[in-house]
Amino acid sequence: IIMKALILVGGYGTRLRPLTLSVPKPLVEFCNKPILLHQVEALVKAGVDHVVLAVSYMSELLEREMRVQEQRLGIRISLSHEKEPLGTAGPLALARDLLNDDSEPFFVLNSDVICDFPFKDLLQFHRNHGKEGTIVVTRVEEPSKYGVVVYEADSGRIHRFVEKPQVFVSNKINAGMYIFNPSMLSRIQLRPTSIEKEIFPVMAGEGQLYAMELQGFWMDIGQPKDFLTGMCMYLQSVRQHAPERLRTGPGFLGNVLVDPTAQIGENCTIGPNVTIGAGVVVEDGVRIKRCTVLKGSRVRSHSWLESCIVGWSSSVGQWVRMENVTVLGEDVIVNDELYLNGANVLPHKSINESVPEPRIIM
Amino acid sequence: MCEFNLNCYAHVILCFEKCYTNKVVIIIFLKIFKHCFSGTRFRPLSFEVPKPLFPVAGVPMLQHHIEACAKVPNMKEILLIGFYQPNEELNRFLLNAQQEFKISIRYLQEYAALGTGGGIYHFRDQIVSGSPEAFFVLNADVCSAFPLTEMLSFQKEHGEPNSFVILGTTANRKQSMNYGCIVENEESNEVLHYVEKPSTFVSDIINCGIYLFNPDIFQHIGAVFQKNQQDMLLLLGTEPTNGWHRAEAIRLEQDIFTALAGQGKLYVYKTLSFWSQIKSAGSAIYASRLYLNQYHTTHPERLASNKEGGPKITGNVYIHPTANIDPTAVLGPNVSIGTGVTIGAGVRVRESIILHGANLQDHCCVLNSIVGWDSTIGKWARVEGTPSDPNPNDPYAKIDSETLFREGKLTPSITILGCNVTIPSEVIILNSIVLPHKDLNRGFKNQIIL
Repeated sequence: IIMKALILVGGYGTRLRPLTLSVPKPLVEFCNKPILLHQVEALVKAGVDHVVLAVSYMSELLEREMRVQEQRLGIRISLSHEKEPLGTAGPLALARDLLNDDSEPFFVLNSDVICDFPFKDLLQFHRNHGKEGTIVVTRVEEPSKYGVVVYEADSGRIHRFVEKPQVFVSNKINAGMYIFNPSMLSRIQLRPTSIEKEIFPVMAGEGQLYAMELQGFWMDIGQPKDFLTGMCMYLQSVRQHAPERLRTGPGFLGNVLVDPTAQIGENCTIGPNVTIGAGVVVEDGVRIKRCTVLKGSRVRSHSWLESCIVGWSSSVGQWVRMENVTVLGEDVIVNDELYLNGANVLPHKSINESVPEPRIIM
Repeated sequence: MCEFNLNCYAHVILCFEKCYTNKVVIIIFLKIFKHCFSGTRFRPLSFEVPKPLFPVAGVPMLQHHIEACAKVPNMKEILLIGFYQPNEELNRFLLNAQQEFKISIRYLQEYAALGTGGGIYHFRDQIVSGSPEAFFVLNADVCSAFPLTEMLSFQKEHGEPNSFVILGTTANRKQSMNYGCIVENEESNEVLHYVEKPSTFVSDIINCGIYLFNPDIFQHIGAVFQKNQQDMLLLLGTEPTNGWHRAEAIRLEQDIFTALAGQGKLYVYKTLSFWSQIKSAGSAIYASRLYLNQYHTTHPERLASNKEGGPKITGNVYIHPTANIDPTAVLGPNVSIGTGVTIGAGVRVRESIILHGANLQDHCCVLNSIVGWDSTIGKWARVEGTPSDPNPNDPYAKIDSETLFREGKLTPSITILGCNVTIPSEVIILNSIVLPHKDLNRGFKNQIIL
């Protein structure tokens, strides 16, 4: 079986700035692997050999990286570039020719989604009911912040969608992963179209749309706060399925992922919930909790970091304290002895004053 | 002796005798304001020790005065005048100072808050006994190079034989209005006009709170005293016996200098040497910096240096010999470490005073703070304040006399940990004041923690 998938990559990834000022969002490393690669590798495992990336902003970096992955994974990766905004359904119409050339169903997913990807189960479930589309739903604690899905518990047949319900209707929301038969493409015109508002309700009305509940963790990691929360969930999942990947021993607490080329100094306490990227140097006496430290950075001695993202090749000085979702872009220098609280620092900045209250540093 | 009232101050009077077997008396005034609780700006530190004994650059505030006095030729006696109830600490301090400097130091306690003029007037008999030619009066809460010998020479060269001298320094226009302002005749250095804390600009020469008098001053104070008594009888029909309404409560600045200005009796000696008031905790850190810097010439042995097996020292640092400091710690500039302090690995201390018995655990960071006696700071904790230093680009800028609150919010200032405070690991204490014996369980910012 040859299967296809469409990943809705979108545009500038503004919610994940300042990181996406340097690198297109799909290539930002989540737990030491580009976000896109988490998804593509899971798709490949489920039998996909042709991935279409729907982008609205063309990036050379992305194109180049996709060539590399094509070789490495032995699959085909195409780029579908929308020159004007097409919404959440339009890109499917744009990629119609790529998706339509056989009768096998194709996957669609949002590029910000992280979870234990259930593509094999999704395919099976979809084949079993034999209708036109299946969406993955996930259970959330506060459904009224989202659009909820109301469906039959036994069969999974979707009755309707309710946007931000005022009273409790359901606690399942659209998890941003779908599988469709190619026939569904005829429902979409090449114009700005919302799949949730215009396509799904019609399909549901015809009894052609089903829901499969996701097991395990789920997170939209499109903004720094959620990126870190998602990281904690993912690392917990790693502990369950592949604990040998995590770093343990004196000085390491909880779930910690450390690239083999990183160096950690003496008397550090790292974790819980920390990801240390390739070539990172952590000097002596450092305490890091709930952070992602991206490739090539240096955290100098005696500093204390909690809930931060340290951008590629950045340098955090000695006795620095950073907390409260402080995000450093690429190549940021934080001088010694400063305090950063919720600072959002754009690339190539040098910080020489404390930021005691959350703000953006341009 | 009577007990100390923690919020009052004492004066120290130095007297000089005319001949070369001079008896020199220095009066150090521990100043008192209208209300007895004006020492509140030094809380919570003043809960433990009277402000004049608070360590600045490693030694009690008063000791800097006494060391300067000891350098004046023929100085033999120091009088401390104030409204404090004496306590063990002051007695011990006086005893030690007497032994070290081999001079007589006595504390004269006022029966009521009499002000700077009233205080010396009340004890005038003790001051003039032995017929000193002149005597100095120093305020306790100033930080200065104390150019006393220069003031003596100046007095001999300028003006009338029995003239009085005020030590003055230059402030910037805006800040001058927070002090006593002196208008001088630039040739003769006579004081033409004196106003205490004017509301409009008068002069950029300010009163340093250090004076050189002779016994003639008592005539002038006496005259004011008589007048006060008459005024009170007129207004109230009877002599009141409380606070500032006493006839004997006389302020040198408002009541004496203002009247003496322009009469050919009062002169100002302007100094370029360092000077600052010590009103609040923030100014204690600034004063420490000034005195630590002076140690290069006066007490180089008090400055720490980089040694094998010792911590890294940058700038001026005082470390008491009984302190125990890990070699990976980095201290300075402008740091004073008190007796028995323990400092762990990788600790950073800058622009701070660490009082005795404090324990700073590994990797913590202390900036612009005063850490109280026997306090503990946990690992990786950050204790940080905001300096209130004068503008370094303005040579005449003085430290701001900060208000605690501005527009309803706590003004960012030095962080102060009172005595026996415990800060847990990994938290941040920013711009906060923690009262004594508090055991914190989280971080705080911009707050007073009771």
